[in-house]
Amino acid sequence: MKIEGKQRIWLDYQKEIADDHFFYVRSCVRQNFFPGSEKTFLRILQSELSKDIYENPSHTTCSGIGYHTDIVPFATSMTMVARQFALMTEAGYENFTTSCITSFGLYSEVLETWHHFPETEEKTREFLHKATGREFKKPNNVSHASDIIFRFRKEIADKGKYRLVNQRTGQPLKVVEHIGCHYSKMFPSKGVGGAEYPYVLVGMIEDWGGEVIDYPERRHCCGFGFRQYLVQANRGFSISCSKKKFDSMEPYKPDMILTNCPGCPMFLDRWQYAISEMEGKTYGENGHGIPVLTYEELAGLVLGYNPWDLGLQVHQVPIEPLLDKIGIPYDPEMKFRGADGQDLGKPDPPSVLKFYTEKV
Amino acid sequence: MSKSAIIIGGGAAGMETASQLARLGIEVDLIEKQSRLGGHLNSWDRLFPNRRDSKEVFEYLEQDMNDGISLHLNAEIETILKAGDRFTLSLRDGKELHSDALVIATGYEVFDARKKEEYGYGIYDNVITSVELEEFFRNNKQKNLFEGIKSKRVGIVHCVGSRDEKAGNLYCSKLCCVTGVKQAIEIKELMPDAEIFCFYMDLRMFDRHFEEMYYEAQEKWGIQFIRGRLSEASENPDHTLLLKLEDTLTGLPLKMKVDLLILLVGFIPSPETRRLAAMLGLKEGDDRFLCPADEHTITNSTTIPGVFLAGTVKGPASIASTITDARSTALQVATYLK
Repeated sequence: MKIEGKQRIWLDYQKEIADDHFFYVRSCVRQNFFPGSEKTFLRILQSELSKDIYENPSHTTCSGIGYHTDIVPFATSMTMVARQFALMTEAGYENFTTSCITSFGLYSEVLETWHHFPETEEKTREFLHKATGREFKKPNNVSHASDIIFRFRKEIADKGKYRLVNQRTGQPLKVVEHIGCHYSKMFPSKGVGGAEYPYVLVGMIEDWGGEVIDYPERRHCCGFGFRQYLVQANRGFSISCSKKKFDSMEPYKPDMILTNCPGCPMFLDRWQYAISEMEGKTYGENGHGIPVLTYEELAGLVLGYNPWDLGLQVHQVPIEPLLDKIGIPYDPEMKFRGADGQDLGKPDPPSVLKFYTEKV
Repeated sequence: MSKSAIIIGGGAAGMETASQLARLGIEVDLIEKQSRLGGHLNSWDRLFPNRRDSKEVFEYLEQDMNDGISLHLNAEIETILKAGDRFTLSLRDGKELHSDALVIATGYEVFDARKKEEYGYGIYDNVITSVELEEFFRNNKQKNLFEGIKSKRVGIVHCVGSRDEKAGNLYCSKLCCVTGVKQAIEIKELMPDAEIFCFYMDLRMFDRHFEEMYYEAQEKWGIQFIRGRLSEASENPDHTLLLKLEDTLTGLPLKMKVDLLILLVGFIPSPETRRLAAMLGLKEGDDRFLCPADEHTITNSTTIPGVFLAGTVKGPASIASTITDARSTALQVATYLK
């Protein structure tokens, strides 16, 4: 593998990422899957970086999941996207920031459609006005939340308390990165680093001290692929996709997986449990799984946030082996307690995947 | 006073045009930006379909590079001016050349395989182009290429940068198919136990003996031809390559491992061809190759009196076709100067 070849491609795919004053739209599913991620993103931007970021509580789904499963027609999706832009316009913002890569893909697709077929934009304006009486301006900048963390990755590293380095060996942690299909596969120029060798997560990993693993099935879908999962009869495809990736990355002995999309960490995390129950197979060290993190969670760990404030206790694959490697302290007794100390109850341990009980 | 012509480009087209014009008594200045003549001929080892040594063709072209031809190597053109029927060319070294006719024979370049990012050229260790394979053969270093390869599985990808809307090249480069068949046979001769897979869209064996080579590749050498365009290549931990594609004859996805991947890179107009076209106001086609005055009947002249085209500035062509075209151009120039 020649890193200079990748670096040349990365130079070809630089994108403009706004510096401040963000209008933030959340993901439909992340708050259930990994509830600390979006909160951590806001905390980092506001408390660490002193940025202005605003979210309007009346924003809705972008309709991306419905669109990609052929439930919501494109004209409807465009109108819903237009409504989000109207909320941004009314709030006086011009930089649109999405938490979800499917949303990011859909916003990019809608804006491209309007660019190439201006009559669709006019029609959408008409639909929105008839339905809500709203008007909108198109954003000056559309960035995914990971683009913004990428942009400020060096500042995060400078403020950070921890590096992605194994404390016992002194070696960089080996990190698998997975950007998700809707980030740049549809519009390579919209993603940092393009579609084939994306750099958005790689840049974070490198600047935070880790080493990126490039494995043969790196580009493969995580297994979410809406029709693979939302249609119950297709779920075998979903877990097969994830398994294909785990089998491919296993020889490299990754310390963790870093993800970009709301769905990818869900499936790469939960399916490790399902595979262990179905086949008795685990992919981490000594019967553990490979911890899966969102980029906000990882940024939070680097900055020294309490792992349980980041919501890492809701991960199916226990996160503690990774915390031990980095040298991040944590209180095991607080793992399943709420913010007010209330006992939330412990889940039953899985039958195969090692449930973390003591430090290794 | 004898008439004169300047020929820009010292590859097969330029060399043959020059020698034919010199034979007809026309004074010729032949301009080549490299330090030696031959152009892409210097990159090939053996030529299809009979696999003769390319050096023999070069020697044939070179033997007439003497009387009546002034050779300018390492020469770069700064400006071209036309006043009346006369052309004045200024070279970067300050030299000025004058002529009554101008022949553009600046040829082509091969497609930059790095643009097909998903194939990993320039990133994965064992992905090379068909041009690089020729260099290995030409320098007798092919053993280095296959050293350490145990299973010897080789994939050859057709149409890299050709017939590819995403790459911006809708045209067929014509000669990649036969080059792939030739190279597959050559690898098989070198490593009889190798498994060779050619991934193609169509096999365009248009010229004499091409189809016979294709049959030979299958019947004698057992080379496997799989109809399907490569979707992506990835690198395995042992530096072998994981390929993904669809076999479009069976309609099934295919995933396989190879030790070496060869990309058959197509033709694109050379930057010098495009620069001269802009300088002279010559018309480019939508494929960016230069347009002759008429595609059927006046294929060697342009719409500018005294400016002529020879060889692959007009599109992909074999060496045999290029030499034939150069002779035709020479005849057109001589008729014009008469």
